[in-house]
Amino acid sequence: MSLTTETRPVPAWMPRRVTPRAATRRWDLTALRHGLAIGLALSAMAILLVLPLVLIFTEALSKGLGAALDALAEPEAWSAIRLTLTVAAIAVPVNAICGTAAAWCIGRFQFPGRILLTTLIELPFSVSPVISGLVWVLLFGANGYFGAWLDQHDVRIVFALPGLVLATMFVTFPFVARSLISLMREQGAAEEEAAITLGANGWQIFFRVTFPNIFWAMLYGVLLCNARAMGEFGAVAVVSGHIRGQTLTMPLYVEALFNDYEWVGAFAVAALLSLLALLTLALRMLLEWRIERDRSSGA
Amino acid sequence: MMVEMRDLRKLFGATPALDGLSLSVRKGEFLALLGPSGSGKTTLLRVLAGLDFVSFGSIEIGGRPIQDVPARERRIGLVFQHYALFRHMTVARNVAFGLEVRPRRDRPPAAVIRERVAELLEMMEIGGLGDRYPDQISGGQRQRVALARALAVEPTLLLLDEPFGALDAKVRRNLRVWLRALHDRMGLTSIFVTHDQAEALEMADRIAVLRAGRIEQVDTPDGVYRHPANDFVREFMN
Repeated sequence: MSLTTETRPVPAWMPRRVTPRAATRRWDLTALRHGLAIGLALSAMAILLVLPLVLIFTEALSKGLGAALDALAEPEAWSAIRLTLTVAAIAVPVNAICGTAAAWCIGRFQFPGRILLTTLIELPFSVSPVISGLVWVLLFGANGYFGAWLDQHDVRIVFALPGLVLATMFVTFPFVARSLISLMREQGAAEEEAAITLGANGWQIFFRVTFPNIFWAMLYGVLLCNARAMGEFGAVAVVSGHIRGQTLTMPLYVEALFNDYEWVGAFAVAALLSLLALLTLALRMLLEWRIERDRSSGA
Repeated sequence: MMVEMRDLRKLFGATPALDGLSLSVRKGEFLALLGPSGSGKTTLLRVLAGLDFVSFGSIEIGGRPIQDVPARERRIGLVFQHYALFRHMTVARNVAFGLEVRPRRDRPPAAVIRERVAELLEMMEIGGLGDRYPDQISGGQRQRVALARALAVEPTLLLLDEPFGALDAKVRRNLRVWLRALHDRMGLTSIFVTHDQAEALEMADRIAVLRAGRIEQVDTPDGVYRHPANDFVREFMN
């Protein structure tokens, strides 16, 4: 970024009514201001966003690519990767279905309590992730409301996969619903009503009319939901129990390694998570473009 | 009598949308529902189509009460004000929709559907547009697609909600003449909603003038124009 605007000559298109000297000075000032603002934004971005990303990869590769790959091939690392994928594979589809259903109710119908429901859907975003994890411990933990009963029947929820899934689902619930509500409200119910008068039944209306109209927006929500599900730390940290090789998801495993001064391992897994984030970002841009195109061509 | 509506009542909150409305429509008739906005025209169409429900009154179509018949089984064609075409389907798929969603035993074979769609598009004079999407055609063309889609299921009754509302004046004129001719040629029974007196006078066999959910007068265009039943009708017709 060059900010040496003081010496810039008056551009040919500047009005000549003012003296060249004054014009130059005014031009310099606005250009300087713009340049400063842009420069500030770019440096902030570089420091806050790009630098950490670069650091993650340089640290991960500090002992060479081989060492990083070895760290990822550790059984405990594998277990963390598998667990993260399993949790996401359950939580994301469930949220996709529930989120779509919720958005459909809110977007298409008028009923008392609709606004309350809309706000409620967003609740997980405004609650600290720690709380989101803690509620499950309070409900299903050893001293929780259902703890004794679960123990008798030998069901483990907290400090096991079900707890991780529940916490993840809670935290990521709003993504799909949120990406659909405004779109569905905007589209209105006319196409669905037309389908009814043409003799379609409920399933046909959903799969032939509703779903194709919201497909890309839903995919967008699923993408964000998945990114958060795989990256979630706070809520799952509470319900995980931190059993290595068993209940550590990737973000938790990163922390565990980091606390043990296993830098290469920690950053190698972190790099993997960052790659996921970059992939999410790319797909997100693609989807946004697609949704925008659909929206502007609404007939 | 093709359609018989008796004493229909419906409230939207505290205001009556339909306030003891009775009306009959003859077979083969082209009836205009004329009235200012908020007079209950669209509500009446939606009630007939089964998308809205009355709190009181009865409707018979072809002598059969239809309150308990769900919308999807009524076989009433409805052309929406803004067409409500399926935006992600081609024109041909839009028109074929009503046939394709039938249960297997009633569904014509694919080849027959294709032929029927082509026939309808030809009849609507948009034969070449089958592969286009709704956002790739003009407003007048969309109107014709919506009509073809509604007619594909061979409805016993055709309802049109402000069919020309979204079109410019010139397209409007042409479509009026064309639509009326189509109605006669196909032997349809149609009810169409409008707030434009000229349109109603020009096209309809009979005009029902609505105000605040009630019928003020039902008569031929000539009758409504020359012998308005009250001041409201007189003022509205001028």
